[in-house]
Amino acid sequence: MPETATPPKKFSLQEYKTEVHVDWCPGCGDFGILSSIQQAFFQLQIPPHRIAMISGIGCSGKTPHYVDTYGLHTLHGRALPVATGAKLANHQLTVVAVGGDGDGYGIGAGYFVNSGRRNLDMTYIVFNNGVYGLTKGQASPTLGKGLQTKSMPDPSIQEGVNPLAVALGAGYTWIGRGYALDVKSLVSLIVQAIQHKGTSFLDVFQTCPVYNDLRTKEWYAGEDIGRTRLRRLDADAGWDPVVRDPGNLDEVVQKKTRALQTSYETGDSLAVGLFYKIDLPTYDEQLADKVPALKDHPLIDLPLYQRDVTPLFDELA
Amino acid sequence: MPTELSRRELSWVIGGPQGGGINASAEIYAKALMRGGLHVFANIEFHSNIMGKHSYYRVTAAPVPVRSHIDEIHMLVALDQETLFGDAQERKHYPSHTGHVHRVSPGGGIVYDADLKIDPAQFQRNDVHLYPIPFFEVLEEALKQVGKGGQSRKYIVMRNTVALGASIGLAGYDDELVFDAIRHEFKGRKAEAAEMNVQAVKAAADYARSHFSARPARQLSALPAEQRQKRILIKGVQAVGIAKLKAGLGLQTYYPISPATDESVYLEAKGPQYQLTVVQAEDEISSINMAIGAAHMGIRAATSTAGPGFALMSEGFGFAAITEAPGPVVFLWQRGGPSTGLPTRTEQADLQFALHPAHGDFPHIVIASGDIEEAFNDSFESFNWADRYQVPVIVLLEKFLASSLFTTDRLDTSTLKIDRGLVYQPVSPEKNGYRRHAITPDGISPRALPGTAGGIFSTTSDEHDPEGHITEGIENRITMMRKRMVKLQTAAREIPESFKFKLHGPRRADLTLVGWGTTKGAILDGMTELELDGFSVNFLQVRLMRPFPAQEVEAMLRDAKRAVLIEANYSGQLGALIREQTGIALDHRVLKYDGRPFSRNEIVGGVHEVLSERTKEVMVSHA
Repeated sequence: MPETATPPKKFSLQEYKTEVHVDWCPGCGDFGILSSIQQAFFQLQIPPHRIAMISGIGCSGKTPHYVDTYGLHTLHGRALPVATGAKLANHQLTVVAVGGDGDGYGIGAGYFVNSGRRNLDMTYIVFNNGVYGLTKGQASPTLGKGLQTKSMPDPSIQEGVNPLAVALGAGYTWIGRGYALDVKSLVSLIVQAIQHKGTSFLDVFQTCPVYNDLRTKEWYAGEDIGRTRLRRLDADAGWDPVVRDPGNLDEVVQKKTRALQTSYETGDSLAVGLFYKIDLPTYDEQLADKVPALKDHPLIDLPLYQRDVTPLFDELA
Repeated sequence: MPTELSRRELSWVIGGPQGGGINASAEIYAKALMRGGLHVFANIEFHSNIMGKHSYYRVTAAPVPVRSHIDEIHMLVALDQETLFGDAQERKHYPSHTGHVHRVSPGGGIVYDADLKIDPAQFQRNDVHLYPIPFFEVLEEALKQVGKGGQSRKYIVMRNTVALGASIGLAGYDDELVFDAIRHEFKGRKAEAAEMNVQAVKAAADYARSHFSARPARQLSALPAEQRQKRILIKGVQAVGIAKLKAGLGLQTYYPISPATDESVYLEAKGPQYQLTVVQAEDEISSINMAIGAAHMGIRAATSTAGPGFALMSEGFGFAAITEAPGPVVFLWQRGGPSTGLPTRTEQADLQFALHPAHGDFPHIVIASGDIEEAFNDSFESFNWADRYQVPVIVLLEKFLASSLFTTDRLDTSTLKIDRGLVYQPVSPEKNGYRRHAITPDGISPRALPGTAGGIFSTTSDEHDPEGHITEGIENRITMMRKRMVKLQTAAREIPESFKFKLHGPRRADLTLVGWGTTKGAILDGMTELELDGFSVNFLQVRLMRPFPAQEVEAMLRDAKRAVLIEANYSGQLGALIREQTGIALDHRVLKYDGRPFSRNEIVGGVHEVLSERTKEVMVSHA
């Protein structure tokens, strides 16, 4: 999390909310994520004007309108590049990108991968519900093979993507998964994600009560099998996802491998919690190695408008 | 009719396989001539290939200003056989060129490697001077001078310098100026290489002078030292890069693509010194969206690309426009299209694309630069427009400008002024009714800088209300469309005339040439010849493509007795724009779409041809 000055006053939870009418369907899992984001900002007491929320397109894309911070509701799949540009311009802002699974793992897959390589100090939260809700329920990249939600004419004949596995390969330095309807845990995960120095990636299982009639809140609760399908990693005493020595490749590979195995647990046991964390130099820090002024000042505050270009002409003489 | 320029210029061409060092030789040659007080214009032709294919560098120099090349060659320097005779031997079905020997003017000279053992009869030219130079032997002699005798194989790449040295000796130019240029290029750790190259030039020049008594008809002389102006030798990518630094650019994004990459790489190298961030993105979609994100945060942001990359930026461009981002500025370096097309060749075929870069109706600005000075000023000013009107801006450039070298006075920065447009100053740190897209008569709403208390806003690529929130309301839609589009009228009112068009020559003339972009150099140089042929000529150079100066262009074309459109594309894209905006059809057209820049001869010859009764339209080509 970027350094912020001690807030001059305590911000209320209400100050992170706008008066804009929320137009999600009744019972939508997005409400849980929205509330968690607002509570996380509140817990961290980040001044609202020091936050930039950047979203893609889809139901989740509307989130910035409902959070009273700076917000850019961008294009389908492009939230991460826009967030990257925003962070580069002013790395002292807390930048949180949000989007859906179609947005992030389908049309935005290239940016999902490459943002992991960069490791800017920002957070990416994906509202993962398995369908394209706003266009009436087509299969999203995370819908598994053979599944057929109610608006699909036929079952899917494509495999679903494993976003956590992709994130591990891409190089994300903080990887987690939450559940939209477990707000208390989700708030905690979002707080950790924002506090992590580097790009944090949080995939969130989200119910779409209108179009995804397979992954319902009853299904996650395991009403059919008599126990919840969600396995809490923080309840597992043996689970240690944090790399202690980033220079130790063996430890890195071991922890990534365990995270990968855990991400492939399917069926009746879906792990939620922190999968992997490592502290590596961020892109922001590496830029500051080249331009030392960036250590203490964001790009926007540097004296860029008083440059003397005479030496550049001298080189051409 | 010959002009002072055509009588006094020397057209020198060095050709060889890519990776063979012609760039280094030509650039040292050009610099040596500039330092001798000569005006230089140099352009390179090369393949989309790393090593082996034919490339050539053409350096045109004169004691008077020169900004174009001619078809004739006065001195041809060949590093290989293909430069002489083309590639018909290897490519029997579709040879890509026929070599340069046939372009050498009578009395001209040809320097080539004696070890190629070419029968002089093969040249089929008894009106030119042949100078076979044993490159290897001369290189060996030079290496002895620096204590590296017997190592010619290791330094075989220096054949290029030997060839350069021979041509210098034969042209009668001052060796010392070449030595200076070499030492200026090879400094520090490369100082050893400097001395080796100096000796190679010296040995080759001496060899050529002592073995051949006949000299080519055109000789080169430096101006007397006291008459030499201090100038610079600059490429388009450098002029644009320097202008962007001067404009306060904070973030440059790019994805590698010919011919735009050189500009970003230049900026990347200067980044630490000038506190500029340059990011190589994963694709052009990412490039433009990063720039938009940064622009919204309040820094100046740009991305540089060519046609194929710009095709991917379409979506982001519309996003910038509807959210009224202050920029980004897109630097569109045109190359031969469509699709991958001719990656390393020049064309002016993206004008209509730049005018219609995305779906829907939205405001944006398009400016086309014709030379180094315009590229410099346009690049600087484009950021002021982006901030002032909160629109994306396209600076339309060409491969021809990107990689060509020009001598020029140091570009004037004293009149450049930064204008960041209207920035919102919060009346209080609390909620205060700020509206990011407030409706105003000129369409411009003060923009808040994210991070500032009291300026919080969200905005979106969806249609939105003045606060930036989504709405599909009918009245709001109409108001918002008008609010955004009126910014074009505001810009048209405020942008100075020098950015809109230039009329070169007299207000009224027998003949009006109409063009845009970097055909400017060949047209201006060609006008002088046309005048000597008995025409009074002027040249209407259109610069601002959107908002288009329709009234001014129409008035000038109504005054024109005969007008000829000159463009480097197939369809006459400026002609289409002029007709759309003024109703005037330009029937006489000189077009070129072979991927090579217009030579002066092609301008003059093409204009003569379309003015004859035979045809209204002519396609010229360098074939």
